[in-house]
Amino acid sequence: MGAAQRISLGLVLAALATLPFWIARVGLYQYLGIEILVWGLYALSYNLLLGYTGLPSFGHGAYFGVGAYAFGLMQKYVGANLWLDLAGAILAAALSGALVATFISHRRGIYYALMTIAFCQIFWFVAIKWHSVTGGEDGLLGLKRMPAELGFASISLADNVALYYFVLVVCVAVTALLWRIVHSPFGRVIQAIRQNETRVAFVGYHVWLYKWLVFVLSAGLSGLAGALFALAQLGAFPDVMSLHSSGFVVMMTLIGGGLVSFWGPLIGAAIFFIARDALGALTSTWSLWYGLMFMAIVVLKPEGIAGMWQAWRSRRNARASVSAPVKAQA
Amino acid sequence: MATLEARGLHLRFGDRVVLEDISLVFPDRRFTGIMGPNGAGKTTSFNVLTGRYRPHRGQVLLDGADITGLPPRAIARKGVSRSFQIMNLFNDFSALDNVAVAVPETRARGFSLLGSARKDSVGTEKAEQVLARVGLRGKEQVAAKNLSYGDRRALEIGVALAANPGVLCLDEPTSGLGREATARLADLVRGLRGTLTIVAIEHDMEFLFGLADSIAVIHWGQVIARGTPAELRENPWVKNSNLGKLKAR
Repeated sequence: MGAAQRISLGLVLAALATLPFWIARVGLYQYLGIEILVWGLYALSYNLLLGYTGLPSFGHGAYFGVGAYAFGLMQKYVGANLWLDLAGAILAAALSGALVATFISHRRGIYYALMTIAFCQIFWFVAIKWHSVTGGEDGLLGLKRMPAELGFASISLADNVALYYFVLVVCVAVTALLWRIVHSPFGRVIQAIRQNETRVAFVGYHVWLYKWLVFVLSAGLSGLAGALFALAQLGAFPDVMSLHSSGFVVMMTLIGGGLVSFWGPLIGAAIFFIARDALGALTSTWSLWYGLMFMAIVVLKPEGIAGMWQAWRSRRNARASVSAPVKAQA
Repeated sequence: MATLEARGLHLRFGDRVVLEDISLVFPDRRFTGIMGPNGAGKTTSFNVLTGRYRPHRGQVLLDGADITGLPPRAIARKGVSRSFQIMNLFNDFSALDNVAVAVPETRARGFSLLGSARKDSVGTEKAEQVLARVGLRGKEQVAAKNLSYGDRRALEIGVALAANPGVLCLDEPTSGLGREATARLADLVRGLRGTLTIVAIEHDMEFLFGLADSIAVIHWGQVIARGTPAELRENPWVKNSNLGKLKAR
């Protein structure tokens, strides 16, 4: 990580850590912070597939949703322990991901995308129709926010500010884990697969297994995000498993610049929710304007916001080294 | 020791016969050239030898062991490496990472999720050696997409050499290169001669006749001629092709 990146990261962390103290003063509300973090975590996990491995999963809502439902069902039928239920959600989503990945990992490109959509529809259909378990279209209602038991203390998450800090801690931990993964030997292999799957096979890698494993990891962590969402919403709802909602995470990742930057999906998630509230305050057709913005970015700058930032910085550095070569050396 | 052998390879795409009874031996540490017109089945033969296609009949043998129909990764792990006619690099990676990712020691750690790719000193060291071998010393940190065309051709061979293979299959290594760059690539390949088994598909006759120990001509999916460069110069097919204009050296 470069110095500039460290400083930016420090500033963002400081802003996030103090968010409950200023967010109401700028006309927004505490719950928004939770939404941004949860979906940012989801988008980061998703980007392991799209941005790093180049695998277009367009039905990722399935795993976010499985995480949410599994969290709720664990709470209702197994035991209302926060850690246990979160672990159950990760496991259920990872298993669902493992099942689907088994059927699609030999594919790539448009065929891969279509199969992820088909599987997502199956999960969504089950969530809607299996009324006795999922609550059907009404969703799984009446979930509680259990306290976070730390052994020496028990922290209530009933309040949105407390939940925000809990989600922030989880987010920071998972972000650090994902950062580690994309810079690991495994991370380098999946990036090689994105650039040239054929060559990776011809230098001796078991490409299928890497594609399978990265899908399982991504699905499991998306499931964790889904569980946090259920915790925040006090329920699990089929809507997040819809194709429509699966499209949101793709848009966040692309607008933010997940194809060129690790941090892109977080930027994209923040922009999505701020756009929703800011545009939503002006017009009820906010999603039309957001959609147009998405199209403009895809057409004009497919590398997204992070790509614009990188281009601006490299232009500035190039100018600086031309106009002041001595200073640049110093 | 690494002798690759094709025995009676047949391959059809639909009802089109692409390979018809291809039998060739590529002896240990020799340079064998393959020539023939476009669409003759040269690259398809490579694709069968390296596991991309499974032949309908026939066998591929490596030092006598049957490797027919194994997937590309398994054949690669047995020390049969290949380069591609249409370049197949990791464009966003540095030249060093292109080779490092292909080093077997790196591959062995491929499922390490929490280690650091940067601190992989064995892979880096081996990759640096390979880059020096293909003439790319000093360009380790340049992204593959920013290398010159000639350097990309050299890197294409570097990726294939990373595994320290017993057999190196080169698919038109000089494709698209000018005279000077071809000469540089010929020097590179000359340096490899005798250290491993080389099989090269090539249209550049001067390149092939200058380097190969023996040459096979493939046409209509069949081997229509084979022999040393000197023998092939007397071959009627070769004489009628543009090679006839090539002066004996």
